[in-house]
Amino acid sequence: MRFMMLMLPKGYENAAPGTLPDLKAIATMRKYNEDLGKAGVLLALDGVHPPSMGARVTFSGGKAQVTDGPFAEAKEVFGGFWILQVKSREEAIEWAMRCPASDNETIEIRQVIEFTDFPAEVQAEMQKAFGEPS
Amino acid sequence: MEENDSHRAIEAIWRIESARLIGAIARIVRDAGLAEELAQDALVAALEQWPDSGIPRNPAAWLMTAAKHRALDHLRRNKRIQTKHEELGRDLEARQRMAAADLDDALDDDIGDNLLRLIFTACHPVLTPEARVALTLRLLGGLTTAEIARAFLVAEPALAQRIVRAKRTLTERQVPFEVPRGEELANRLSSVFEVIYLIFNEGYTATAGEDWMRVALCEDALRLGRMLASLAPDEPEVHGLAALMEIQASRSRARVSHLGEPILLLAQNRALWDQLLIHRGLAALERSLALGGARGRYTLQAAIAACHARARVAEETDWARIAALYAELAAVAPSPVVELNRAVAVSMASGPLAGLNLVDALLLEPSLENYHLLPSVRGDLLAKLGRLEEARIEFERAAALTGNLRERAFLVNRAKLMKIP
Repeated sequence: MRFMMLMLPKGYENAAPGTLPDLKAIATMRKYNEDLGKAGVLLALDGVHPPSMGARVTFSGGKAQVTDGPFAEAKEVFGGFWILQVKSREEAIEWAMRCPASDNETIEIRQVIEFTDFPAEVQAEMQKAFGEPS
Repeated sequence: MEENDSHRAIEAIWRIESARLIGAIARIVRDAGLAEELAQDALVAALEQWPDSGIPRNPAAWLMTAAKHRALDHLRRNKRIQTKHEELGRDLEARQRMAAADLDDALDDDIGDNLLRLIFTACHPVLTPEARVALTLRLLGGLTTAEIARAFLVAEPALAQRIVRAKRTLTERQVPFEVPRGEELANRLSSVFEVIYLIFNEGYTATAGEDWMRVALCEDALRLGRMLASLAPDEPEVHGLAALMEIQASRSRARVSHLGEPILLLAQNRALWDQLLIHRGLAALERSLALGGARGRYTLQAAIAACHARARVAEETDWARIAALYAELAAVAPSPVVELNRAVAVSMASGPLAGLNLVDALLLEPSLENYHLLPSVRGDLLAKLGRLEEARIEFERAAALTGNLRERAFLVNRAKLMKIP
């Protein structure tokens, strides 16, 4: 099963464009990421720039509306993610607990929906539909 | 914390730590089987203590210390027994000092080296293939005996016996806890690849409706393969094997229907192929090719799988390249099954008749006598050539040979369709 670990750094919701983690934090995190890789559980990871460089597209009444970041109403935003392949939810939690995160950081763990989580009819329908490049 | 919760948490810690723990202890006691028992003892202590005391801040260090104490006790006990024999009892003190120094070395030693030693030991050729598989999952995959038994559809006591016998064989044959060197390395590495790929295929051939433990074997094998790739990054075939498994696993959603029927590669909905795994597989293949040297069997199979992965639709498949790769594979690892696959690729690249000629050359091959895919492929080529009566006979023959009920139904149906409209 796969889990996504979402890193939620406090204050990132208001970070200036181009804000990057400091070098020391990068070095300790790199060691952690290497450990995940060596254990064979890491599928992917990435960090994202702060919301001030992003945008939100909201939908209402069939219309899309664009708001540039930062987003006043956002209390916490994510700053990066890992995708792990592990045996259990507990294992994902154990890996998250080993993250060299700082005091103002939270990791949220969410299970990735697997194909086999869908009802059989839905699976069959998805397998049938021919994969024309969309 | 609820007791069940803490047990599950401890199991998760074990899954992460067990291989490193067993590797470090085996370095001290020079016996992988014994090391596993000592590490298990430490786990039992954790299971007894942690639910009350809470999980320590650094559970890995706790388990390592507990296992190390047990290893030292074991050495001391052994030394006491040894001192009774005069010839061995001379400089006990010096020996104990040495043991302590050894121990610190072992613990400071690169974790990776110990893991490599462990993997080579578990996959040692003195063991039967079944024993290697069971021991690898136990020592490196962190699986319990019950889990392995379930995954391989074997009774738990029988599997436990298999592991006990395997450990005893390692001790009796005095298999050193070492990474093989020189000429031996290539042979021993191929045994490791074989074991990991066996585990993968055991999961890959399990169908979706089956016990998830079986299907999870693919993930266990991938984890081992990725681990090995970071432990021995200079070996091209290590990356070739990882690439092959990643790309094959990328198709898992598309290749079996919810009723357990196989969906052939060319009929699969490629939109369901897992692009993350394909990306990882292609990257691993690149690494293997970049290391240069002669391309081995796993790298070549990965290259073939990559041809399929790169084709957005079945019609875009580069069959000429696949046929050439199969020819290269047949030279590296000759086998009638590879030749049969080459025939299919040739038929796709150059027409059914060219493929049929290659298939017909295999008809007298004794090892394919009862292989259902031979008549199945031959039937397919004959059908494409419009020789329906001959095709019908081949499909019926294939149906009679397969042990898989779903596949038999599929082939019986194909035979029925071989009528001139």
